Order: sequence, then structure tokens, then C-alpha cells
Amino acid sequence: MEIISGIMVTIELMLISLLIGLAAAIFMTLIYQSKSWYLKTPIDIFIFLVRGTPMLLQFFIIYYGSAQFAWLKASPLWMIFKDPFYCAVIALAINTSAYTTVLFKGAINSVPQGEKDACKVLGLSKFQAMWHVILPHALRIVLPAYSNEVIMVLKGTSLASTITVLELTGISHQIASQTYMFVETFLLAGLIYFALNMIIIGVFKKLEKKLAFVSAT
Amino acid sequence: MSLNGFTIQLLIGTKLTVFVAVGALMLGLIFGLIGAAAKLCKNKFINLIAGSVTSVIKGFPELIVLFAVYFGGTALLTKLFHHYVDVNALVAGIFALSLIFGAYATETLKGAFLAVPKGQAAAAQVLGLTKKQTFFHILLPQVWRHALPGLSNLWLVLLKDTALISLIGLADLMNKAQLAASETSKPFTFYCAAGLLYLIMTTLSYVVIKFFIKKVNKYEIA
Repeated sequence: MEIISGIMVTIELMLISLLIGLAAAIFMTLIYQSKSWYLKTPIDIFIFLVRGTPMLLQFFIIYYGSAQFAWLKASPLWMIFKDPFYCAVIALAINTSAYTTVLFKGAINSVPQGEKDACKVLGLSKFQAMWHVILPHALRIVLPAYSNEVIMVLKGTSLASTITVLELTGISHQIASQTYMFVETFLLAGLIYFALNMIIIGVFKKLEKKLAFVSAT
Repeated sequence: MSLNGFTIQLLIGTKLTVFVAVGALMLGLIFGLIGAAAKLCKNKFINLIAGSVTSVIKGFPELIVLFAVYFGGTALLTKLFHHYVDVNALVAGIFALSLIFGAYATETLKGAFLAVPKGQAAAAQVLGLTKKQTFFHILLPQVWRHALPGLSNLWLVLLKDTALISLIGLADLMNKAQLAASETSKPFTFYCAAGLLYLIMTTLSYVVIKFFIKKVNKYEIA
């Protein structure tokens, strides 16, 4: 079944972009904790640019836009940029990293000051405090909001069809135009996305339970 | 950066983008109000329907909703009338975007209605206001205040989602950028130019929204 292969591509796209996006978001959040403006400003600008423009545009800039530069086409990097799948991954990862950084920034701010002070008193270095205490706590705070972000990425993968990736939406479009069963095909595709959503929500509910503070009331 | 005289074209596209966004906002607010009313009414069956419809739309990728409305609408109407009916892309685009906006706005508006203290309606009743008067003069002004931050976020999402209508052939900003890109073979330049226009729109929206939020909360007791 073509649809099954489409679903697999969709899931692959989602998981790879989430992984890269999450790593980049953690990295940017850590950098953002520094007090120097020349480290913070580029991140602020990056977030502003990503959040202020449509995701579709970001897909097009990366996939079609990269072809404008002869030096890029001549470089080994072209192996990545000529492939629509990799371009979709880059676009999705960039997008989710910006939104996730915003979430993390908020979560770190909402970790109680007392906890940060306690780390200092216990003699933890700034990095140790961040890595072992504040970040794990922030991750717990951010979990419910992050599940929304995961769903946004899942829905965002459908845009990969516009740069010729044959994921679920692309395959559905193909099937629909061959069979003229537009309503049925798109409804089916939509319901598959909906089911994937439900799975994501279920996984995060389990995760939240597992990571909840034992002493939390 | 020279845009080879395509600047005017991009601006014409921007006009359509704004038009579609504002149209979808207005229709979407109506859908949202209907959805909120359906979720708040006492009939369990209507609650269930409103709940499932909104969560299904929210679970569908925006692109699928658009394709279902546009291509599906054509197929459905053609079957219904037994001859080929072409769904207008502009109508389909606005309708699909307002469905998405409405599904999310339902939750925001429902929360806003619940945030207005019960005593307000009771007081209005005691003062002899009719149900209609109570709704329009007492409840709705307060609902807007509570809903404004949520709706503002949805507006920014909507504004960016309008880029999708270029995929069903509408000549919006995205579409004009595509056209200029293929004609000049400078895709990066033109997509960046379009991005700049989107940034101006979202930033302008943000500034206006901030002003309004400040205004409606003028008498809020901190």
C-alpha cells in the first residue's frame, strides 16, 4: 500500500526533525542563559524571523532558494540541499527549534529561584546547576506545552509534499488525482493524522505521569 | 537588492493575503462563537458534536483541510448536481482557513465566557435587562477582553497560514513570489522579499494587538 509508505515517511520526517530541533533548542536555551547581548541577540533575531514567516515560505527558501547560489551547488553541501527530504527536515527542525527555545526560556524562568540559590549554596558550578537541576526541572514544566509542539511538527510535515516529498499528504494528493476520490482520500489522510495525534497525546500523558514529582500534590 | 520590477506584483499579492486573512478572521470568529455556544449549552449531544468536530479539524494538517475543502468540495458538488461544478478558489481558501481559525477560537471563546463571573449575568437580570441586552452589553464586552490574547495568537497563525492558498492557485503574496522566482531564476531573493513582507505584517499586527490589549485592560484591577 502506497499510503503505508507515506505514513512511514511522515513519521520519519517528524522524528528526525524533532530530534535535531530539540537538540538545537537545548543548545540555544543554554547559550541564552549567558548575560552577553552578542550571544542573546542572534537567537532573538532567529526566533523573530522563524516565528514571523509562514512555514511554507521556509520550506521554499531552503529547497528552491538554495538553487540560486552557484557556489552552494558546487560544494558538497549540495548533496543535502538537492534532496527534498533533507530540505524538509532542515525546515521543520529550524521551525521547531525556534518555537521550542521560546518554550524552554519560559520554563527555565519559571523554575523557582530557591532551587537556583540552593545549587549555588551546594557549590555546584553554573553548568552543573543548569544540566543536573534546572534543565531537568524545566523539561518537566515544559512537557505539556511541548506535546503541542510535536503535534505542530506532525502537521507541518504535510508541507513537505509541496517540495515533492511523497509523504502522507503527497501520496494522498497523488491517489486523489488518479482516482478522483478527493473527499474520501483527504478524509482518510486527515483521520490518519488525527490518529497519530492521539498517539502523541497518549505518549506524552504517560511521560508526564512517569516524570511527575513523587512528592507533588 | 533589485527586484526587477516585481515589487508592485508582490504588493498586489500582499493585498490579497490581507484580504483573505481578514475575511477568514471574520468568518472564523462567527464559527468560533457558534462552537463556543455549542460547547457551553446544556445539551450533551450538541457538546459531543462540537467537541468532536473541533478536535478533528485541529488534528488535520492545515493543508489537508484546504485540499479537502477545495478539491473535495468540487468533487462533492459535482456529484450532487450531476454536472461539473468548479469551487471558487478564493471562497474555498477563506472557508478552509476560517474553519481552522474557528476550531481553535472555540476553545478560546469558551474559556473567555467562563472567565466572566456568574454574578455579572445575575446582576444584569436583577437590573431588569433582557437576555439579549445582557449578552450584548454585559457579557460580550468582557468576553472580548478575556479572549483577546488568545485570539491574537490565532490571528498571527492565520496570517501565516494564508500562504497555503497559493497552492490552490490564488495570487497571494506567496504565489507572486513563486512567479517572480521562476521568471528571474532568483528564488532566494524573492522568497526573502516575501518573507520580509510577512514579517512586516506580523510585526505590525503584534504592535496593534499590544495596543488593544492595553486598552481593554485599562480598568483592570491588578
